[in-house]
Amino acid sequence: MFAEYLHGTGTTHFGFKTVPETSKESLVKDVFDSVASKYDIMNDAMSLGVHRLWKDDYVSSQKPGRRGPMKCIDVAGGTGDIALRILDYAREKYADRETSVSVVDINRQMLNEGERRFKKTMYHNTPQVSFHEGNAQALSKEEFPDNTFDLYTIAFGIRNCTSIPMVLQEAYRVLKPGGTFACLEFSKVTNPLLGSFYDQYSFSVIPLLGTILAGDRESYQYLVESIRRFPSQPDFAKMIQDAGFSTGGMFEGRGGAWRDLWGGVASIHTGVKV
Amino acid sequence: MSKALTSAIRASCRKPTLLPAFPRRTVTTKPAYEGHIPLNVFENAFLAVGSAVMSLADPRRGDMIAALGETTAGPALPRLRDLMLESAEGRQILKDRPRVNTHTVDMTALARLPEGTFGHAYVTWLERCGVTPDTREPVHYIADPELAYVMQRYRECHDFYHCITHLPVSVSSELALKFFEFANLGLPVAAISAAFGPLRLSWPQRRRLVTEYVPWALRCGASCRSLITVYWEKRWEQDVGEMKRELGLWDAPEAKWPKPLKEAKAAAERRAAAAPVV
Repeated sequence: MFAEYLHGTGTTHFGFKTVPETSKESLVKDVFDSVASKYDIMNDAMSLGVHRLWKDDYVSSQKPGRRGPMKCIDVAGGTGDIALRILDYAREKYADRETSVSVVDINRQMLNEGERRFKKTMYHNTPQVSFHEGNAQALSKEEFPDNTFDLYTIAFGIRNCTSIPMVLQEAYRVLKPGGTFACLEFSKVTNPLLGSFYDQYSFSVIPLLGTILAGDRESYQYLVESIRRFPSQPDFAKMIQDAGFSTGGMFEGRGGAWRDLWGGVASIHTGVKV
Repeated sequence: MSKALTSAIRASCRKPTLLPAFPRRTVTTKPAYEGHIPLNVFENAFLAVGSAVMSLADPRRGDMIAALGETTAGPALPRLRDLMLESAEGRQILKDRPRVNTHTVDMTALARLPEGTFGHAYVTWLERCGVTPDTREPVHYIADPELAYVMQRYRECHDFYHCITHLPVSVSSELALKFFEFANLGLPVAAISAAFGPLRLSWPQRRRLVTEYVPWALRCGASCRSLITVYWEKRWEQDVGEMKRELGLWDAPEAKWPKPLKEAKAAAERRAAAAPVV
């Protein structure tokens, strides 16, 4: 199973479809081009606003700014949800105005949405935020040299990448020794009762919400299928360890490599570069 | 135990190498035609409510009005299909299943027809309003393929109804036509649009709608022949006045014709861009 991820068999999954590896990137790009302008509304509608709680939990658990100003990189962070939370947390809790976030996304439309959001904040035109078009699997070595960042975040983005190990390798490269890798992603629900409600909701309601709100069923069908395709919590933790990170134990919760939110609907995996 | 039996048992116990059956929502039917999206009862209700709200919030979402029509059709479609079966012309339509778009209808030939013919009136109406038959949303949510065709036919003939009753494309005229369609065809979506659509009008427009258009629509729609049974494509050369007498129709009260929409021009530009350079 890991071989499929690591070496590439020439094909990969795109939701429940199988596609050539080389086309996954452009297929995903098409999905995000079309969802970009309604991304935030759709997130609120699909998760009934709960995604905000998850992102708040995710950012506050990293405590950005606690040990002084940090250089952060937020990957697949197009619309700036996480970047804004990081900067606000550092400013409000630690009066820190030196922490900076580089927002990286492969999709120009999503970055445009992020820049629009930041124009409404006090961080616009400051060195605290910058937007970069780039591929999580191959970050530019000029813009993102080795051992640069204290915190690498990727929220609800890694499942859309073609090769998770490559993303993890790049994360390892750009983090300083002692830097933290933190990933928020949809994951496997372990409770079978919750799981069956969740499946019904995902496959019935979400594509319909996509049809109604955005006039686009296909993209939202892809999104719910891609969630099912993502590796389980222990499998993903193993991949993080394989990339060289030191993680907690192979269990959920305090001291563990991951922490489940809402019974496993979402999960936060962390690792430290040693 | 025989070798074949043990290996068969082992094969059945072996963990599947591919992912087990993908989780799906509960819907028992497979797609019945191209573009069909089967919905279960809950999803149908959800989409009906959602599309109703969205159609009112943004009337330019043609796909939402289409979805509303399909999810609320209920027994109206079988009734229309039976009406078609009862007339010879209707039976021919069900047999041929003609579609109306710029590929199936020769617009240039229609423009060359003499003035006063239905074909000529149709292309003139299209130009004057700036619309094209190519932007009708295909049917997705009707389970039976024949009923899906009846729905598609209704959607594609809508412009013919505009043309024959001499109504432009504006909010009040569309609502007048919805009243007419409800009286003539009995589709729930026509009633819903007629009931809630006027909320988007101003008071003078609403007054005019209720005092002039609605009486015309209900009287004319109820007394004329069921327009779903009309094979419009065979009547291009027919004189418009004669056609109206035959069907039992008469023109709507005079309406204000707005400037042509950009729909037709945009569609033509897209076609030109997509067409290969010869």
